[in-house]
Amino acid sequence: MQQNFLRYNFESNLEYLNDMSWLTKTLSSSLGRKVIMSLTGLFLIIFLLVHLIGNLQLLKDDGGQAFNIYAKFMTTNGLIKVSSYLLYATFLIHIVYSIILTRVNRSARPSSYAYSKPSGSSSLSSRNMGILGTVIFIFLVIHLQNFWYQMKFGSMPMTSYGGMEIKDLYRVVAEAFSQWWYVVVYVTAMVFLAFHLSHGFQSAFQTLGINHKKYTPFIQKVGLAYSIVIPGLFALIPIYMFFTCNS
Amino acid sequence: MSEAKGMNLTLKVWRQKNASDKGKMVTYQVSDISPDMSFLEMFDVLNEDLLQKGEDPITFDHDCREGICGMCSMYINGKPHGPLDGTTTCQLHMRNFKDGDTIYVEPWRAKAFPVLKDLSVDRTSFDRIIQAGGFISINTGNAPDANEIPIPKDIADEAFNAATCIGCGACVAACKNASAMLFTAAKVSQLSMLPQGKAEKKKRVEAMVAQMDEEGFGACTNTGACSAECPKEISLEHIARMNRDYLNAKLTSDNV
Ligand code: HEM
Ligand code: SF4
Ligand code: FES
Repeated sequence: MQQNFLRYNFESNLEYLNDMSWLTKTLSSSLGRKVIMSLTGLFLIIFLLVHLIGNLQLLKDDGGQAFNIYAKFMTTNGLIKVSSYLLYATFLIHIVYSIILTRVNRSARPSSYAYSKPSGSSSLSSRNMGILGTVIFIFLVIHLQNFWYQMKFGSMPMTSYGGMEIKDLYRVVAEAFSQWWYVVVYVTAMVFLAFHLSHGFQSAFQTLGINHKKYTPFIQKVGLAYSIVIPGLFALIPIYMFFTCNS
Repeated sequence: MSEAKGMNLTLKVWRQKNASDKGKMVTYQVSDISPDMSFLEMFDVLNEDLLQKGEDPITFDHDCREGICGMCSMYINGKPHGPLDGTTTCQLHMRNFKDGDTIYVEPWRAKAFPVLKDLSVDRTSFDRIIQAGGFISINTGNAPDANEIPIPKDIADEAFNAATCIGCGACVAACKNASAMLFTAAKVSQLSMLPQGKAEKKKRVEAMVAQMDEEGFGACTNTGACSAECPKEISLEHIARMNRDYLNAKLTSDNV
């Protein structure tokens, strides 16, 4: 019985794929790249939470003592150091893959429509993840230059608590946040982050294949809450410090 | 004959002589269009006019004209298959437009769907995705007696929903990334959820995703535009299922 006259087998005719290892193949497929985006994105979401808890100590009315001690701990503890390298790598991978994906996605539609009306069928954030991410990235560069670089390599003002000399990061932060334009930059970046996360949070779960009527509504609610509350609290700090430092 | 007066419309239609022509939007007027006509019938009227004037009629794909073949690819006023949800162009009636409207009509736009002529695009990239894995290669024998293989109703329904995909490509046309995830996911699901298709589940998803990438479709950003514009309202859950099946296959299949 000769019924298999069509190519009814799963042998791939994509020869070049056979030269790569299965892992390389997976990580360079569209789905594999998306998994990398979602895992790094979720890691960054956890990081933001930790970062925020640290930052909230800036609101303490103690002249920056709690915050400075915390900052010293964060820059000297061995375990934290290891995780900070993991964090740099995560950011880098998230950004590199976002560029790769955005380029592939652009090239998939070489000529655009004369008249397109996408607003009814998808959210603004979901269509502009690359632009939102780019603004976050620009902010990140300014942010790291002002605080992270200063703390690590810059000349810092010092302060002492009970005879212990430590770097006064609080003063550097307070000075930055006493300038209105810096507060504006910071708050704007947090708005962009909020939009990035309003899509990104739930999208990451869909990418990993987690879409279920029991969990998805919950994930979407948590995602929305997260993307409003966390950037909101981040933004509150410079606003609060601007008014307290300038009064 | 009847009292109801027809509509007068301005159409802006993509005209492109062949695959290598640059193409442009051309404006046409149609008059006395009955609200009961389908969108394609309105195009038939326009083409009659063009033929009478000795001009080249507009090429567009169509076949069944009853919403089942998936041929009628038209991007109408910024949306694939026009303004109605869950409707193909052939099932879209002119009563959804108003007298005096201007309507833009463009072909699907994607690298993997090159324009052949005017509104007609080459969708054989979809065929190649199916050829890569959208089948069952094992011999499943004759049709078994009904209910010999028990299949829970919810699984059967879900597989059937996936199988309603008509391969029209509206998902690709709607997606800002021209991604074919919804189509591919539907085709993976419809087979892999049922006993006969389950045996080759891993091979299938690996092969079909590889072919999908090879064709030059974009990656998914989970915007949801595909499902919103799909005439068969295929759910995003199928994409999630394909994502996890793919991950699972990549981690556990024997295909190194
Ligand atoms: C703290 C900062 C950030 C967090 C928490 C974050 C989080 C996320 C999450 C959760 C996703 C969803 C992944 C998915 O859809 O599976 C995502 C997607 C994305 N991110 Fe970020 N991100 C951050 C910064 C950035 C930066 C700096 C860039 C770019 C320079 C960027 C570019 C993108 C792009 C383009 C996508 C969409 C990818 C796609 O779906 O195709 N993100 N992000
Ligand atoms: S998933 Fe929907 S829009 Fe995409 S090809 Fe199938 S029927 Fe058309
Ligand atoms: S012509 Fe067949 S679906 Fe429209």
